Amino acid sequence: MAERVLMKGNEAMAEAAIQAGCRHFFGYPITPQTEVSAYLSKRFPKIGGTYLQAESEVAAINMVLGAASAGVRAMTSSSSPGISLKSEGISYLAGSDLPCVILNVMRGGPGLGGIQPSQADYWQATRAPGHGDFQVLVFAPSTVQEMVDTIFRAFDKADEYRMPAMILADGMLGQMMEPVSFPEGKADTQKEKPWAANGHGFKRKQNVINSLYLNPAVLEQKVRERFERYAQIQKTEQMAEEFMMEDADFAVVAYGASARIAKSAVVAARAEGIKVGLVRPITLWPFPTDALQKAAAQVKGFLCVEMSMGQMIDDVKLAISCSRPVAFFGRTGGIIPTPGEVLGEIKKLAGGAK
Amino acid sequence: MAVVYEKPKSLSDAPLHYCPGCTHGIIHKLVAEVLDELKIEGKTVGVAPVGCAVMAYDYFTCDMVQAPHGRAPAVATGLKRALPDQVIFTYQGDGDLAAIGTAETVHAATRGENITIIFVNNAIYGMTGGQMAPTTLPGQVTQTTPYGRDIHTAGFPVRVCEMLSTLDGVAYAERVSVDCVPNIRKAKAAIKKAFTAQIEKKGFSIVEVVSSCPTNWGLTPTEALQWLRDNMLPYYPLGVYKDKTEEGVR
Ligand SMILES: Cc1ncc(C[n+]2csc(CCOP(=O)(O)OP(=O)(O)O)c2C)c(N)n1
Ligand code: SF4
Repeated sequence: MAERVLMKGNEAMAEAAIQAGCRHFFGYPITPQTEVSAYLSKRFPKIGGTYLQAESEVAAINMVLGAASAGVRAMTSSSSPGISLKSEGISYLAGSDLPCVILNVMRGGPGLGGIQPSQADYWQATRAPGHGDFQVLVFAPSTVQEMVDTIFRAFDKADEYRMPAMILADGMLGQMMEPVSFPEGKADTQKEKPWAANGHGFKRKQNVINSLYLNPAVLEQKVRERFERYAQIQKTEQMAEEFMMEDADFAVVAYGASARIAKSAVVAARAEGIKVGLVRPITLWPFPTDALQKAAAQVKGFLCVEMSMGQMIDDVKLAISCSRPVAFFGRTGGIIPTPGEVLGEIKKLAGGAK
Repeated sequence: MAVVYEKPKSLSDAPLHYCPGCTHGIIHKLVAEVLDELKIEGKTVGVAPVGCAVMAYDYFTCDMVQAPHGRAPAVATGLKRALPDQVIFTYQGDGDLAAIGTAETVHAATRGENITIIFVNNAIYGMTGGQMAPTTLPGQVTQTTPYGRDIHTAGFPVRVCEMLSTLDGVAYAERVSVDCVPNIRKAKAAIKKAFTAQIEKKGFSIVEVVSSCPTNWGLTPTEALQWLRDNMLPYYPLGVYKDKTEEGVR
């Protein structure tokens, strides 16, 4: 087995990107993703990679667009306000069918908000990461090891489906230190990219990377083709963890950092005899509808826990067609819910019932 | 029979969509001739702007990427970092390069990014129907300066070559025009020099081409060229603003 090392979440994601074959990173400084950039700026010059500190997030995402057009694995990382600036580029990347990986180490908002951990960019990531009809793959790891595994998966899936992949983390996961191991021999899983604009060398026809279709019928067709791919992804790429769900009468739904807290609360509730489990979405788009529907067939009610005013709860209700009551507990602005608070909410949901 | 004139191979057979008398066509031809003469079409990736030249990918036969409005220099940077031995150029209008994309332009230049920018300065937003551009002249009437550009409220035009020539990353900056045959010849020489500087990895190169937009200036093609000579050239003097193509910027 691969050696285990103790690493911070942000640094582990950066190292995983290198090991996944990424040699092009473009970013603009922002807390709390700082360690990602710092790590890559140290490592890339030694291994022939490009670390480029751009003049803005707008420029950074467009550099990613250029590098992705050339057919290489490219990444950018930022935090909430910076992701807003990237949304133009993300839309163009999606409209040009380009793969890339975008990290959002979320902080409190709106506006400049704060720098403490938050999950308030769920809607932005899953509903409107930019203008137009499109989706990006959204992953929400909840341990440092999972952050590593997710980076590999995000690059692979972005290449496979030719679309951007976003990893939603937060300041808590980014700063947390945990032991991790890196999968061996995974770096060369990159796909051939015959569509890349890298100079035709008179060996093939011209390649054009483009999102402009002035003919509405052609544009509609393009979007429909993309949505067929999305439908396929929704069938095959959902990921969720089910924890203590076998005999559960109630289910907590939480992702990322809040899932860690929810897990502690579930364990504490079990100790008090409440039959509760946790469904933890690992992909936020595609949302793990199957796991939620399975849970809905079994439990009396759900509790959605988020570090926001309640955003993922929309998807929980949609997934189960509102067939069960869905309660909500959230803290926002950078405040992390405590296991005790979540336990209190579980008890309320269970109505004190054992 | 000897061939005395041919369409450059780096230009496709697609009919240009530009207005009659628009100088975009001439500039496309010059760029394509240079790609042919330097034999680099196969190793070149061009970046199209948002502006009248948005569909440049239909005309140039090299690989092409269409960039968001103003972001071409950032897209070109990403391409160049991924493909350091290929030739990367952008083709941008004045709104694209000197308004919405000013930051991307200035920073690509100051990084000494080894790319070539073909900058088409027609003092107006052509594609969107003739609004004020950052290069619109004082007093010039446009759709959004119906009483003439008022420097009290709309400020002054940007002189891009002069501005960029102060930056250490710039290897070559020249302003040319395509208003007459001698100037067209000079423009081509400048474009060739800019691409050559890139191939030799000398640093950032830009050729600003003073051009016309007969449609939105409300003039005939010949009147437009005369207006260019009478009004634009005094404000935007032709010439070389920076030449470090021998020694390079680093
Ligand atoms: C983000 C964004 N803002 C505005 C526009 C609308 N728009 C399209 S072209 C253009 C101006 C182009 O003018 P210029 O760069 O001078 O090129 P020209 O058309 O004159 O060749 C504008 C404002 C856009 N496409 N995207
Ligand atoms: S609008 Fe102006 S710049 Fe655009 S194609 Fe017509 S003449 Fe040329």
